[in-house]
Amino acid sequence: MSKDKSKNEHSKNVLTRRGLLSGASGAAAAGYLPLQARAQKAPADADRSAAQVVLNVNGRDHFLTIDPRTTLLDLLRERLDLTGAKKGCDHGQCGACAVHLDGKSALSCLTLAVAAEGQRVTTIEGLAKGSDLHPMQAAFIEHDAFQCGYCTPGQIMSAVACVREGRAGSDESIREYMSGNLCRCGAYPKIVAAIRDAARKTERG
Amino acid sequence: MRPFAFVKADTRAEAFRAIGAGSSYLAGGTTLVDLMKLDVMRPDRLVDINALSRDLGQIHAEPGWLRLGALARMSQTENHPVVARDYPVLAQSLSLAASAPLRNMASLGGNVLQRTRCVYFRDTSWDACNKRDPGSGCAALTGGNRKLAILGGSHACIANYPGDFAVALTALGASVTLESAAGRRRIPFEALHRLPGDAPHVETNLAPGEMIVEFAIPAAPWTRRSLYLKVRDRQSYEFALVSAAVALDIEDGAVRDARIGLGGIAAKPWRAREAEAFLKGKPLDEAHARAAAEAALAQAVPQSESGFKPELARATLARALTACAAMEI
Repeated sequence: MSKDKSKNEHSKNVLTRRGLLSGASGAAAAGYLPLQARAQKAPADADRSAAQVVLNVNGRDHFLTIDPRTTLLDLLRERLDLTGAKKGCDHGQCGACAVHLDGKSALSCLTLAVAAEGQRVTTIEGLAKGSDLHPMQAAFIEHDAFQCGYCTPGQIMSAVACVREGRAGSDESIREYMSGNLCRCGAYPKIVAAIRDAARKTERG
Repeated sequence: MRPFAFVKADTRAEAFRAIGAGSSYLAGGTTLVDLMKLDVMRPDRLVDINALSRDLGQIHAEPGWLRLGALARMSQTENHPVVARDYPVLAQSLSLAASAPLRNMASLGGNVLQRTRCVYFRDTSWDACNKRDPGSGCAALTGGNRKLAILGGSHACIANYPGDFAVALTALGASVTLESAAGRRRIPFEALHRLPGDAPHVETNLAPGEMIVEFAIPAAPWTRRSLYLKVRDRQSYEFALVSAAVALDIEDGAVRDARIGLGGIAAKPWRAREAEAFLKGKPLDEAHARAAAEAALAQAVPQSESGFKPELARATLARALTACAAMEI
């Protein structure tokens, strides 16, 4: 698996929680892979086992050879090391995997990566400009709009779309628009407050 | 997920060439990918038709009718100004369904073909499901059936049709255009879905390789005075326990014509013709709304856990009818 060079250099120099976690999970994954390969042995014809795709993620083109079964979520997390989008239910019921496709919110767990070709994929990692957080990210921090943080990247991606589509005009409208993003910690009131605030600030411009 | 071949079609002709036995068209994928992960749907080839959106993703609001391309997305349709103003029941049936990201993804054609949410169908650890495995039985008849059908079910299957938009299309007497390599045909939307009978695994009258290309909804005196009322276990992002799609043409205080669809409680998108006929020529007051709802549910067969549903459905329909009559248009 090839990783972005700058990312590797970054991991070498800085001890991150992500780095520790991926190191620890490596051993477990090594034991799991042969089992998976046995259970899902691909037939001989080539178009079932490999597809060439060019995916534009956060403004950068990636040339990849992938199993057609790969979801966009798995591709982002396992191949591109973009672990912001989270695997919650993996069935389109929780919203933790929300990303933007051509600027619109979509669920990466129900999107086949091969079918995402030709669309601009934006993940939580693509929202900030350098070290300047997106106004919605800043609002979530300011309003303490999360506890464990697992659902937060999906919440923020949906929240950005909510404001962009003009659905942040009232608390009721925000709640309805955001109903596909579940939060087991129950941070909903603060999430609504953060979106309301970010929408106001964005309008002021 | 089982392996499959993936083909992208740039034209309908390419799509028809690529489709075959055991293969599936892929549009938004919100049902298909989910059910492939669950090993319920097992296509060996996916034909991605999203590139046909240029042609089949259009919405045409014309004086006599509304034409919706099958690859128009749910969100695109609910937000269309003419759909929202002139066909409110359609716009509401879409905006009250699923969640915002799912509505951005899901196509109209895929939406009407969504599969039941019956747990025995979705969970392959259950052996008995005639819809998933013909001849294996129906675990729902003696199992968890609170959300399943009380209208149109059979001894072989009581799965309910879970969608909303199709209920509104049924009420408005829409037609659907189908196309395959063999040609194009247009049928009443009501004839798209089948009742389960002895063969619940055959859910539609689509011929092999046939694709939905367009829905056409006639503009009628009742389309503007229409609404969709959805009753569910939680206020948002949930399937209907019961829903009612109603459209009324009222003149001088009397119903000239009524169109009524019921969702959540039936084996297919349900048209309540008895209730429509009952209302004709009568004033729409609470007593008549209630009597129409009684007529609509006269044939209901509640299951072991759904004894509450006929009354919930009657109350829902009566409320929808009175609210629709009170609409200012």
